[in-house]
Order: sequence, then C-alpha cells, then structure tokens
Amino acid sequence: MAVYEQTYRRYAGELTPERRRFLIPMRYAFREIFGSKLVLLLLILAGLVSVVLAVLIYLTHNLEALKALNISLDRLQVDNLFFESFVRVECGFAILLALVIGPGLIAPDLRNNALPLYFSRPFTRSEYVLSKLSMLLLLLSAITWMPGLLLFLLQAYLSGSAWTGAHFGLAWAIFAASLEWIVVLSLLTLAISAWVKWKPVARISLLAALYVFQGWAKAMDDILGTRWGAVVSVKELDSAIRSSLFDGPTPDGIPIPVAWVVLAATSLLCLAVLYRRIRAYEVVR
Amino acid sequence: MSSEPNEPPNEPKAVIELQGLAVQFGQRPILKGLDATLKGRAIGLLGPNGAGKTTLLHTLLGFHPPSAGTARIFGKDIRTEAREIRSLMGYMPENDSFIAGMSGVRFVRMMAELSGLPPEHAMERAHEALFYVGLGEARYRPVGTYSLGMKQLAKLAQALAHGPRVLFLDEPTNGLDPPARERMLELIRDIRDTGEVHVVLSSHLLRDVEECCEEVLVLKEGRVAVYADLALERQANRQLLEIETYSAGEGDDAWFAEAAERLGCELAWGSRQRLKLVLPEGVEVRDLYRLAAERQVQIRHLASKRDSLEDIFLKAMEDSHGGV
Repeated sequence: MAVYEQTYRRYAGELTPERRRFLIPMRYAFREIFGSKLVLLLLILAGLVSVVLAVLIYLTHNLEALKALNISLDRLQVDNLFFESFVRVECGFAILLALVIGPGLIAPDLRNNALPLYFSRPFTRSEYVLSKLSMLLLLLSAITWMPGLLLFLLQAYLSGSAWTGAHFGLAWAIFAASLEWIVVLSLLTLAISAWVKWKPVARISLLAALYVFQGWAKAMDDILGTRWGAVVSVKELDSAIRSSLFDGPTPDGIPIPVAWVVLAATSLLCLAVLYRRIRAYEVVR
Repeated sequence: MSSEPNEPPNEPKAVIELQGLAVQFGQRPILKGLDATLKGRAIGLLGPNGAGKTTLLHTLLGFHPPSAGTARIFGKDIRTEAREIRSLMGYMPENDSFIAGMSGVRFVRMMAELSGLPPEHAMERAHEALFYVGLGEARYRPVGTYSLGMKQLAKLAQALAHGPRVLFLDEPTNGLDPPARERMLELIRDIRDTGEVHVVLSSHLLRDVEECCEEVLVLKEGRVAVYADLALERQANRQLLEIETYSAGEGDDAWFAEAAERLGCELAWGSRQRLKLVLPEGVEVRDLYRLAAERQVQIRHLASKRDSLEDIFLKAMEDSHGGV
C-alpha cells in the first residue's frame, strides 16, 4: 500500500520463522550499542590486548625480528600462565562492558512498560530472555574466548604439533574459563537489570554484587579463619575455577566442585529472578 | 481500501467466545465465570473501574492463565493456542508503553517484525501505519519525546502495523484532549469500517463505546452484567415515539390517542401528558399527522426515543445479578 492511500489493510504476505524471532530484539540492540562511543572504546581496548599478545607470540618465534627490534623476550613463556592472564584481563573488560551495556537491556523496557508490547505478539518470555542473554554472550565472547582461541591457534601454528599435543588442554581451559564467567556475568547483569528499573542504580548494584561481596568474602575468611568465604562472591569462585582450569595453584581455597555448584546455583537464582520479573504485567495478589 | 476478502473462508462466526472464563489473582477472584459470544465488527467492553475489563483483555492475550473455563478467539482456545491467537492480534495497552531511545518508525518496525513480518515489509508497513495514524511527520523522532496524544497514536500504529485480524484497544482515549480524542475515535471508526479487522474497545467512557461499537459487553465486579447488540437495539427502538399534543377542543387529545390505537399503535401516557407510541409495521409518522389534522390537534413535540447506551449501562449497574 502506498503511503498516500493512508488506510488500513491486513497483512497477507509471508511470515518469518518463529524460532528465529529472538534474533530481532538482539539485532536492534546491537545497532543501538554500537552507536555508543564508550562501548566502541572498550571493544577497541579489549581487541588491542589480543593484538599485543598476538604480536608477542609472533616475536617469541621470530628471533630475527627480536634482534632487529633489539628487545628481549627471554622471560616470556607462552604457557598456561600467559593464557590465564589473557583470560583474566579480558574477563575484566567483560565486566566493564557488562556495566555499560547490561543495565540498559531490560530496565528501560520495565520502566517504559514495553513488556506487554512484546508479549502481546507471538513472542514468549523465554525468547525475550534468550534474546537479551544471547546479545550479551555474543558480545562478551567476542572479547574473551574467541580471541583467546585465535591466540592459541597462532601459538599452535608457530610452535608445531609437539607443543599443540602437549598443551591441547589449554584450548579447553580458555573456552571453559571464559564461558563460565561470561554466562554468570550475563545472567547476573540481566537479573539486576530486571530487578532495578533505573540504569544508574542497576550499575551500582552490579558493582556491589561483584566487588562488595568479594570484599566480604575475604573479610569472612580473615576474621573467621575459614576458607568458605568465597561462596558469597562470584568473583572469588570464578577465580578459583579459572585457576584450576589452567592448572594453577589453588591453595586452601574453596573446593572446586563446590565452586561450580555455587556458580550453577547463582545462575539458576538469576534465571528465577528473570522469570519472576519478566512478565507482561505485575500481578498484585 | 484493500482488495483482500473481508474474511478468510471457513472463519468461525464468533470472534470471541467466553466459556465460563474465570481468573483469580491468588485467592482473589477477578473474573467470575464469564459466558458470552461476541460476533460484532466492533465490540465494546464497558464497566466501571475494577470491573475486570483489562483483566479480560489480558487473559485473552494470554497474560493471565484462566483459573476455570476458557475462551476462544476465532475458534482458537486461549489455553492451548495462545501463540497462534497472538499472531492474529494487535494490542494497544492502556498505559504508556514504548521502547526507550527508538524513533517512532524503528519502534513500530520492530514490533511488526516481532509479529513475523520480514524486515523490508515491516519497514514499509511501519511508515504506512505512522502516516495512517497521523504521525508521518514525527516518525523519525524518539518515541520518548512524543506528547501523550502522540504516544497514544504510536501505540495504535504498532498495534496495526502487522495487519491483525482483531485489534484490542484498552482505554484508547485516556488522557487525550477533545480534538485528540475525536481524532482517535475517528481512526477507530475508520479501522472498523474497512471491514478488515474486528475491534475490541475497552473503555469506561460510554460515549466512546457508543460512537464506535455495535455490540457491548458490560462487566460489573467480574461478571457479565449485560450484553447488548446496539445495532439491534437501535433497530428495535426506531419506531418508539414520544408525542406531546395540544388541542382547543375538549376530548380531542383522547380522541387522537384512541385513533392512534385503532391504527394499531401500542401506547401509554407518560409524564407531562406525553404519549408514548410504538408504531406497528406499515404505519408511518405521517399517518399520525393526518389523524391530528382531522381534529385540528397540534403535535407540539415528537421525538424518536430509544434506549441509549447510558440507559442500558445504568440498568445493568442497578441489576447486580444480570447476565447474558
């Protein structure tokens, strides 16, 4: 119908497949997010870390280049610690990105009463959550395990099959440690965004959930002389799990299976919060 | 106007069937066993605040599960076919509802895409819908900056963009000034008159419903207080007249009444000596004037009277045990 006709008509054309509809809000959100200079800056900085490490990996295998540049990388070992450090730094960027993007994913929809508009269509609560979660996971994957695996592949390519065979577990550690953190972080961010309607308050709440509880965990351990303080801090739990995945030291920490269980429980709790809050209308009983 | 057929073949006649539909929030019953069959092109949901109008709409949209009974929209059960039902619907919520930071056209486009339209069609129809409701010039402005009236129109545009078969409008004239309200009602009538969509209008404003709807369901305290087919009511009451006569001669008024009765009119004396007449088929108003002329009786007042929606509504509110 041409605009000039200005009358109502029913739509009789083809429809898109239902199972792909969760990608629609994601597509719109991406466009909005990439319009933010702060997000672009964080993505560039996170990307720079990967580029710098890729250059270092290349230099460690290229003595001529080292000589030409007159630098020494004798103390640099591309090993577990190298990749663990990379994952730790990139997970730090993931926190910053989550702080910038996360609170704007659900809170504005709640504040502006947009959920009835979504759910009055053939679009479910699960698809809504999946859409928001996928968006965060995709973005955070792009700065964590994806470049991490590319670095691993570069190192494997330059070092040959012997190194690759001996360190194959590193690829799994990069993937698992990154994914564990970005899943927990994304769910926590979404749950807080769904709980708190105002973006600044949601940001402060997320910071508190990450760092106040970390401080509390350490204080509990120090004051009570226990090793169980970490159960209240997702950051401490993540740290313990990451260390174990990279075969790092886990002295007197919380048992790793317990850390996994607590993180899984935290994730389920976040999903429960999302299920409770993501409704077309709040029912007052 | 579109060239599409008004109704697909084999479409069930009833738009909405309520079959003992009950909804409760916790222990508090909100809808108490509603039964009704609504077939009209424009259906009004009337009732005082808290009667259950919005809850009924929300239940039909699948926002609240029924605690008993069910409802069908075009024969589809809301309990088992909620997704299919929602693909047939457009919904304009009562409160401010929009997606922050989006321009009008992006907002409507995204909503159309969520209803299943491919992006290019959604874009085209978003523009059309915004022009249709009168927001063509403002379509690139963020929805958050719209005035209240513009937000109402944007909500209507998003409800229309995907071309639904049923349009749920929840208090569409809320907060609008008189010209904006008139514009909204004009749009609703226009949508109704295209014959492409069934309109369900929930309102506590009798005039809105009277102006737009041909069928009315009045709710009171979660029950159906009355169902009225306004078109039939108007037709049935068309021949009810109220007449006031004056004559110089004694007994001429009574003669006029008797003569009218002989013509087959049902009659009764009302207040202020006004005569209420129901004309039988084949008798016209001019026959009454002819009778009056025979004895020089003056007809000083003649009004065609019908039960207004207000009468129906007030009657329903008095009778708390009413039903369909």
